[in-house]
Amino acid sequence: MKLSDTFKVTTPGDLEIVMARDFDAPPDMIFDALTKPELVRRWLLGPEGWIMPVCEIDLRVGGAWRYGWRNEESGCEFGMHGEYREINRPGRIVHTEFFGEGESLVTSSIAAKGETTTLTMTMRFASRAERDAALETGMADGVAVSYDRLEETLASTASVKGGIE
Amino acid sequence: MVVDHLSVTFAALSDPTRRSIVARLTAGPATVMELAAPFSISQQAISKHLAYLENAHLIERQRAGRQNYCAIKPDTIREVADWAEGYRRIWENNFQRLDALLAEMKSEKKLSPKSAKPAVKKRKEHETQ
Repeated sequence: MKLSDTFKVTTPGDLEIVMARDFDAPPDMIFDALTKPELVRRWLLGPEGWIMPVCEIDLRVGGAWRYGWRNEESGCEFGMHGEYREINRPGRIVHTEFFGEGESLVTSSIAAKGETTTLTMTMRFASRAERDAALETGMADGVAVSYDRLEETLASTASVKGGIE
Repeated sequence: MVVDHLSVTFAALSDPTRRSIVARLTAGPATVMELAAPFSISQQAISKHLAYLENAHLIERQRAGRQNYCAIKPDTIREVADWAEGYRRIWENNFQRLDALLAEMKSEKKLSPKSAKPAVKKRKEHETQ
């Protein structure tokens, strides 16, 4: 089974979104990828076309984190911030997350499973409206991804025509 | 607003009885009696659930002769599916990049994938590249 096939998104409770995914790396390494700014900004980018100019992490209980994204083409910006509540290397991180008017508590569990490691992120929202709004954001961006892909396809077709590649 | 509209949909789907009614209706229209059959609750309670689902535009009532049928409203169901799919896609992108990053980190640390040694846990090496 491909690793990407292990990805599951569920909404077990009214207020929760749970995402689980297996990775081909030890828990330590995944913990680093989730908590070191120079590593986080290389993968936590959402849809294609976004960069992460702001990535600050004060990794201690009560420490703050702040992420900021920018779409290079449209100049759109988007940010989130929060505070660490629990840090247990390499198995568990709990942090608060504020985005716009929404707030959630995010628990990341990192557990070895044979040769792979399962990362499970549980987002708990203060109200159902907030949970739905968070997913709603995802939907809007999902559409953006499709457009980005279309642009990509068009761009690569153009470059083949121009003999650039 | 779309969010409010989806909130109603999800509130309607937050109940296991209503979810299984929706699941049953994806197989085709059914009468209230048929829908009530698998549950050990009163038909009146089922009717309440159906009213809830109807209000959320997840199902609609149809009339065929003297029979009242309930049927799924595919547009609303599709909306729910799209919504989950968008969220999933964002994280799929993130996680695929994380796969690539982890592969790079592994090769940098020169960990042999074949070695059955336990992962380095106690040793704290400096990562000053």
